[in-house]
Amino acid sequence: MTMIHFVLLISRQGKVRLTKWYSPYSQKERSKVIRELSGIVLNRGPRLCNFVEWRGYKVVYKRYASLYFCMCIDQEDNVLEILEIIHHYVEILDRYFGSVCELDLIFNFHKAYFILDELLLAGELQESSKRTVARIVAAQDALVETAKEQASSISNIIAQATK
Amino acid sequence: MGSHGGWGQSKEFLDLVKSIGEARSKAEEDRIVLREIETLKRRIIEPDIPKRKMKEYIIRLVYVEMLGHDASFGYIHAVKMTHDDSLLLKRTGYLAVTLFLNDDHDLIILIVNTIQKDLKSDNYLVVCAALNAVCKLINEETIPAVLPQVVELLGHPKEAVRKKAIMALHRFHQRSPSSVTHLLSNFRKRLCDNDPGVMGATLCPLFDLITVDVNSYKDLVISLVSILKQVAERRLPKTYDYHQMPAPFIQIKLLKILALLGSGDKQASENMFTVVGDIFRKGDSTSNIGNAVLYECICCVASIYPNPKLLEAAADVISRFLKSDSHNLKYMGIDSLSRLIKTNPEIAEQHQLAVIDCLEDPDDTLKRKTFELLYKMTKSSNVEVIVDRMIDYMISINDNHYKTEIASRCVELAEQFAPSNQWFIQTMNKVFEHAGDLVNSKVAHNLMRLIAEGFGEDDDAADSQLRSSAVESYLRILGEPKLPSVFLQVICWVLGEYGTADRKFSASYIIGKLCDVAEAHSNDDIVKAYAVTAMMKVFAFEIAAGRKVDMLPECQSLVEELSASHSTDLQQRAYELQTVIGIDANAAKNILPADASCEEIEIDKDLPFLNEYVQQALEKGAQPYVTENERSGVLNISNFGSQEQQEAMSHSLRFEAYELPKPQVPSMPPVTLTASTEVVPVNDPYPIEMLHDPLSTSTQDTGSAELKLRLEGVQKKWGRPVYSTPPLPPVVPASHNTTENGIRQHDVAGPAPSKTHDVSYDSRKPKVEIPPEKQKLAASLFGGSSKTEKKPSTTSKVARTSSNAAEKSQAKSSLGSSEKALEKALPSQPLPDLLDLGEPTVTSATPSVDPFKQLEGLLDFSATSSLNSGEADETKMPDFMALYGETLTSGQSSSPADPPLTRGNDVDLLEGFSAATNISSLGASVTIQQIQPQKGPSLKDALEKDALVRQMGVTPSTQNPNLFKDLLG
Repeated sequence: MTMIHFVLLISRQGKVRLTKWYSPYSQKERSKVIRELSGIVLNRGPRLCNFVEWRGYKVVYKRYASLYFCMCIDQEDNVLEILEIIHHYVEILDRYFGSVCELDLIFNFHKAYFILDELLLAGELQESSKRTVARIVAAQDALVETAKEQASSISNIIAQATK
Repeated sequence: MGSHGGWGQSKEFLDLVKSIGEARSKAEEDRIVLREIETLKRRIIEPDIPKRKMKEYIIRLVYVEMLGHDASFGYIHAVKMTHDDSLLLKRTGYLAVTLFLNDDHDLIILIVNTIQKDLKSDNYLVVCAALNAVCKLINEETIPAVLPQVVELLGHPKEAVRKKAIMALHRFHQRSPSSVTHLLSNFRKRLCDNDPGVMGATLCPLFDLITVDVNSYKDLVISLVSILKQVAERRLPKTYDYHQMPAPFIQIKLLKILALLGSGDKQASENMFTVVGDIFRKGDSTSNIGNAVLYECICCVASIYPNPKLLEAAADVISRFLKSDSHNLKYMGIDSLSRLIKTNPEIAEQHQLAVIDCLEDPDDTLKRKTFELLYKMTKSSNVEVIVDRMIDYMISINDNHYKTEIASRCVELAEQFAPSNQWFIQTMNKVFEHAGDLVNSKVAHNLMRLIAEGFGEDDDAADSQLRSSAVESYLRILGEPKLPSVFLQVICWVLGEYGTADRKFSASYIIGKLCDVAEAHSNDDIVKAYAVTAMMKVFAFEIAAGRKVDMLPECQSLVEELSASHSTDLQQRAYELQTVIGIDANAAKNILPADASCEEIEIDKDLPFLNEYVQQALEKGAQPYVTENERSGVLNISNFGSQEQQEAMSHSLRFEAYELPKPQVPSMPPVTLTASTEVVPVNDPYPIEMLHDPLSTSTQDTGSAELKLRLEGVQKKWGRPVYSTPPLPPVVPASHNTTENGIRQHDVAGPAPSKTHDVSYDSRKPKVEIPPEKQKLAASLFGGSSKTEKKPSTTSKVARTSSNAAEKSQAKSSLGSSEKALEKALPSQPLPDLLDLGEPTVTSATPSVDPFKQLEGLLDFSATSSLNSGEADETKMPDFMALYGETLTSGQSSSPADPPLTRGNDVDLLEGFSAATNISSLGASVTIQQIQPQKGPSLKDALEKDALVRQMGVTPSTQNPNLFKDLLG
């Protein structure tokens, strides 16, 4: 099935916004891959294919505003499907952040990771319903919120007690 | 939904992110990150860090690692965080370890226990977090530790957990298929899960299982077809709809599995025909996802038992793809063609023009895909055109990976379909010249062998013509600078064997050229070796023919230089050359007979020619030879060999001492092939390859492995490091036989005549015979004009690929006109813009077909509004840069105070926006706000975010206003 080897988010200036590796790559290889691919992808002109063949793999990329979403897959896979998986992810991000922009991802990259983990697992699409993904992310956030409240109430108590 | 804008991090972290964001160079970024690493290293080991603080440190570590730096010093803290009871921290811990660690990391052993505990948690979110980690971190060794719990979770009440458990089992199956073999029935069961998400996830492992073993799953065909039918009929919940398609991702997965199950199985395929036909009919070719499903249908049709109706439907879709303006769809069209071409070889012919357009497209991706198609449809009639094209492209690119691939494809096609020897040689020359360093050296050896053997026909005249043309072309090519080493080896070998064969070139001319080669490549020992041996052959041929040979001064100095070379192989060759020059015609004939590289070498295993010598030595009081078996007693060679094998197999550490190196002892016992070759190369790295080849060939020829052992014995008796004949004059005449072998062995290094290859080559041969009617069209790519082809000029254009520019442009114009004709014939062509994914903004223009966005009340930039604003935009454009500058300088106040300007700015920076989507002019953004009051308009949102950031004291907006640009709109 469509195995995604890695996901990269790179800004138009070549800055890394998010990386997720589903196949094993050493830190050195990762840097090399990012360097090589941002060179290829960022320099491609408009109106060309949204895929490039690269080292025997295919890299599917799509630009949203100033951010490039890239996914690396095997030669034989359905590239249009991957394009839509990317779009699916962006739509979910958009729903979560409310008109998502690059800045959201810069400061909340860990949230982008949590969302990605509900969408892709082990390099495969695990859930294709936006609502289901949204629901579980919301459930996690709710839990986090209560945890925070508890924590703050406890710290308040402590603070008051120690005054 | 979600906590908006909650940048829960400290000012310190925000500042870090900000400064990274503002870094102007990679070096500056690296400096900042290194400073951050130092800070973290110091802080993270402080005692009693509050948990929230620790969580932030971990996230900062993730950030550092994401930017490509090493954060391994903090891995252990991330591992510790997974142990925490609070989900908030645990989740962060799991996220960090899944990002940091590959499944072979030592720390994983410390997490397994926690995972085990968490998989049993009452809180399904904890279980989910643990399962995410399981998918990334559990390796073959640790699978048994979590497997029972994961299996248990398949029955969990929460569908999210069941889904992840399925994915985890899928991962286990990938890592170690045997670990889950007893659980395969679970996958079948989950296929019937009530939750479509779980069912969809189950398709992933099923696909893998079916790939490995199709036959065990044939019974699923009916169920899968019925699921697919239900999905296509919109029986799944609406939430699985995507851009108005019913669960397209699940449809695609199902089609992939059906393609496997129906491959080569008529009965199974017949069950699928109806549903695949339905999907084709329902297919929505205006949306990208619709086309993704259609493409998958084509793949399925190409894989299952052919059905005329489906093939027709597939062909229709393909022609729609190819006629589209979108590069993505053209690509899919070409890809589909190469899939269908196996079942329907004529299909490409209908699309000749489109294929040729794609071949000439400036987009490399599309071009390469087209070359792949051409590669698959190459026949003897079009091989010349295709290979010429490929070579032209190969020369033009720098990507070594692809260059290697296309070079080997050229070689493969040329070997398989070459119409003439001449063409073959020329083609190979081009490949070697431009990609010689990238092709396998076997290819070079094949070429040498081919030149030596001729084309397999019993036509000596043709063979010698082939050789002469090779020699001539090589002499010409030698003038070029920077030839790859492999190619030079071929050239030297051919010049040595055949340089003087037709008397066209004088011996001294050839020798002079060979000297030049050796001198020009003074640091390439292999080339030098080839050159010297080639010279030796030329000398020997001359001597054998009774002609006087002049020793050129440069040759003399070369030989002298090589006699003192560091490489013993070169030394040996130099001495041999000198010896050969001194021998008489008869000896020369025997040592190096002309054109005998393909002749089999007969070897007398008993080495009778040595008897006399041995006898003399014995008489002089030498010790008689004792075989190794006798000497070493119990430990014989055969169990030495098997021990070695065992060693190789087990790969375990050896604790006992190594055996004495056996091969040092002269012996004649049955040694294995590998063992004997290992002996030789010890002294010199270079001869290995060259000697190894002839040796193995000679064994092939006689079909006896023992043969070599004797040679080994010979070598040792003479105390020589290599298998070659010693150039000792007394021995040479006494032992024509072996001497010949020895020297010939050097010679046959490359084109060692291998029987097996001969056969395969001959079997391919008949294909080269071209039927007369096809010969007429030999030059054309498609072997025949088709219905759609309107202009004969296309054919001629293809025929003369290497033709000049004038011709090309002519052809192009005719192409253009025929294209227009085609377009006229098809007025109902879909609007290209909607399909074009290659262009980033189009997605933002597509929302008219995006239900999600409509539901969300997203900005709907209709075509009209963009058109209206188009003009204003164009006039505005020049101002934007100025505005941008203003924003930069006035910084803080300008962007929030003047929101529309910021939007304008954003758009300006987005290069490549087409006029149709230049929507964000001042007017447009205002309308947007009016139209879309309910979806926290991006502008307002951006402002809020901006304000928030400012509150935090971070102002990244001044650097890059694009950061605020709504990704989707």
